[in-house]
Amino acid sequence: MDFITPPYLTQNVSVRRVMLQVLAALIPGIAAYAWLLGPAVLMQIAIATATALLAEAAMLKLQDKPLGPFLGDGSAIVTAWLIALAFPPLAPWWLIVVGTAFAIVVAKHLYGGLGQNPFNPAMIAFAVCIVSFPALMSQWPPINAQANFVDQLALVFGQSPRLDALSGATPLDALKTALKLGEGSTSVATVTADAAVFGRIAGHGWEWVAAGYLLGGIWLWGRKVIGWHVSMSFLAGMTLISGALWLWNPAHFANPLFHLFSGGSMLGAFFIVTDPVSGCTTPRGKLIFGFSAGLLAYLIRVFGGYPDGVAFAVLLLNLCVPIIDLYTQPPIFGMKK
Amino acid sequence: MLQRLFKFKGGVKPATNKAPSVQAPIRIAPIPPRLVVPLHQSIGGQPTPLVEVGDRVLKGQRIGAADKWVSAAVHAPTSGTVIAVEERVAAHPSGLPTLSVVIETDGQDAWIERHSFDHASLEPERVREILRDSGVVGLGGAVFPSHVKLTPAASVPMDELVINGAECEPFMTCDDLLMRERAEGIVRGVAIFRDLLRPKRVLIGIEDNKPEAVAAMQAAVEALGENFEVVAVPTRYPAGGAKQLIRVLTGKEVPASKRSPEMGVQCFNVATAYSAWRAIAFGEPVISRIVTLTGNVEQPGNWEILLGTPMQEVIALAGPKADTNRFVMGGPMMGFDLPDLSAPVVKATNCIIAGSPALFPPPAPEMPCIRCGACALACPHELQPFELYWFSRSRNFGKAQEYNLFDCIECGCCSYVCPSHIPLVQYFRFAKSEIWSRERDKNMADAAKARFEFRNERDEREKAEKAERLAKAAAAKAAEKKPAPAETPPAPAEAPAPQTVDAEAAKKAAIAAAMERARLQREAAQPKNTDGLTIAQRKEIAEIEKRRAPLQAQQQTTPNADAAQTQNSQKDQQ
Repeated sequence: MDFITPPYLTQNVSVRRVMLQVLAALIPGIAAYAWLLGPAVLMQIAIATATALLAEAAMLKLQDKPLGPFLGDGSAIVTAWLIALAFPPLAPWWLIVVGTAFAIVVAKHLYGGLGQNPFNPAMIAFAVCIVSFPALMSQWPPINAQANFVDQLALVFGQSPRLDALSGATPLDALKTALKLGEGSTSVATVTADAAVFGRIAGHGWEWVAAGYLLGGIWLWGRKVIGWHVSMSFLAGMTLISGALWLWNPAHFANPLFHLFSGGSMLGAFFIVTDPVSGCTTPRGKLIFGFSAGLLAYLIRVFGGYPDGVAFAVLLLNLCVPIIDLYTQPPIFGMKK
Repeated sequence: MLQRLFKFKGGVKPATNKAPSVQAPIRIAPIPPRLVVPLHQSIGGQPTPLVEVGDRVLKGQRIGAADKWVSAAVHAPTSGTVIAVEERVAAHPSGLPTLSVVIETDGQDAWIERHSFDHASLEPERVREILRDSGVVGLGGAVFPSHVKLTPAASVPMDELVINGAECEPFMTCDDLLMRERAEGIVRGVAIFRDLLRPKRVLIGIEDNKPEAVAAMQAAVEALGENFEVVAVPTRYPAGGAKQLIRVLTGKEVPASKRSPEMGVQCFNVATAYSAWRAIAFGEPVISRIVTLTGNVEQPGNWEILLGTPMQEVIALAGPKADTNRFVMGGPMMGFDLPDLSAPVVKATNCIIAGSPALFPPPAPEMPCIRCGACALACPHELQPFELYWFSRSRNFGKAQEYNLFDCIECGCCSYVCPSHIPLVQYFRFAKSEIWSRERDKNMADAAKARFEFRNERDEREKAEKAERLAKAAAAKAAEKKPAPAETPPAPAEAPAPQTVDAEAAKKAAIAAAMERARLQREAAQPKNTDGLTIAQRKEIAEIEKRRAPLQAQQQTTPNADAAQTQNSQKDQQ
């Protein structure tokens, strides 16, 4: 007779199931990414996944933990995929290896492994690499450069010189730089009129990738894998600040829709700030966490020196989680005012 | 009839699995050759045995008397002969023994003389006494003595009486069948409770997956011309938790720190109401109960079973299948594995589920908590189980209490939904029992400290009194030596003498009284040593005492040595 403690019944849920659903939800975004910006991203995903699993296995071995249940839980793969999606797709292979290994070894296992990391490992990887290798982390393939898979592979594995023609800035970065260079003489409208870089609402092509993430996020919400609090408040925070500045000066500030569909907004809203381990746990805490992260991400991407602000915003808020949780404990049954 | 329903947060919806056991009507289980009736079958005091080995008992005869107010009597479930009053294994997860009366049944099933009462013509206090002496306790599984709950709060008017027919645990159908078949008895029992508590409304809550029970209860209420409201409540575990049902029907949330009458509401199970009616109207004490036998068995169903029937005989009624590997008493959410099938059916036995590896598969390996918060969403008391888990795990019990550990009702919803398969409820039980044991230790230490301080104080006082006495004696001697200056009447000189004698006698009496008080305090503070001993141990102690008696008599002649000894032994104890 196996030892079972009550309840004898359990729901058919597991960490593995949760993680697999998160991976499934990333697929629409990844599909759009690979279709519109070339298949290099798939290569990056493969490199990141392999690195993550190896690093995870090595760390588990060092701690004498069983490999099966922990490698199989899928959490390392989720981290790997998020890193691959946050990094430039044509970055050299070792860059993503460094980022992923750092995320798994330092940000996850040195803090105690699954469930113990105070910071989002994928965002740690991004932050470490953008601080250490700012140039490589800012080179994105222009949407109109129809490089084939072989060329992209050659770039990733360093078999061809890194041509400037094949690496530019993200639409978000391009807009910021153009506005800065043409101080006063140009406006958001004239910059975004360039159909080669910009699409209907945000970056050409990128807007569809963001839409893919949004779709996946809604599916996750529908499956009750994520709640609405943190995603919606993140989007609300970003919309509010970008909307206010856009209303105040539409020539200098892009509209909220542009920001929501640019950079890491959608990926952040549904796959990054929703990380339960490093995020807030109380309903009010989640609202504060998401709203502040959205606000901060906007401020960093528009007024800061980095091409996007989601990573730093999330990491800063990760720091605040314990105190937010402490002060937002919900009243319990029978104790409501 | 429109009844506004409220919602409780959280809860889960496991598959109910109730259908197999409602196909057949309630069957009467045969009288087994032997019954093992534990004396302690309810919350509260341990009833004292009223019978000895060799006594003939009749069906319904009281064999254990309630020893205090929160306690309930126990009765012989059938006629027969008492063949033992001894420790027998209990229907408890620990498998520990409990003092039980073992009756060899004679098959005659001869009743004791029964008296029916008209509760309306009796003092409420007398009705409560009858219920206590009939052993009426909460038959939903909590077995709290019902008479204790039938006193309305002095300051708060009783608004609602909630009758619990929700039966939210999966597999369990004993209340369902009882309501279908004996609705009238239940309603009459509810009327007794109503007359004692005088609530403004009576609400009978039944989960909406039992339409037959709802219909039967409604019909009975109408037939008896009562104004009770029979309400179908949404099926969601744990809707049958008293606090959850009160919330759903009245909107009131009773916190852990309050008793429900303080909020003008009280809750009873349907089976309790039925047994109260049998006790009052027929003089039949609680000697049997309806038990659901289900799960991995050939013949699932409900049986009316005499209390004290050994589990193996009960289980044989349903015919467990070959791959059965466990028997669970209670529901699958809050029940426990029966450690020993010789344990008897008791008042708390509402359901026995035969389990198999297919029915209750072993849990997946426990993974670390990922703080997903699923447990917090499922918690009907709106706690943060994952926080409680961290605190319990790290033995940070102060923090666990700050996060309202004691509001946890151990319903198991958190464990049910946990994707990491963490046995959360077990962590909480562990934390609670650790806190209780620490509090006990602290109370004992406090009592010891108080004793010590009391003794010091007494020593000081005695010293001071002695000094005073000596001083007085010296003064008296000095006065005697002095020649009287004139012929004074002798009376005043003599008069103080008896006074001092009186004062000293009074002092001695005071000291004796203080010592007696101290002794009583000691006894009250240290009940643990001699409490909860097995009969064998008690016998052994009695024999040792007998041997010691002559020795002690000898020692009385040398009181100083005795005193020194006791002091030494006290030091040893410390």
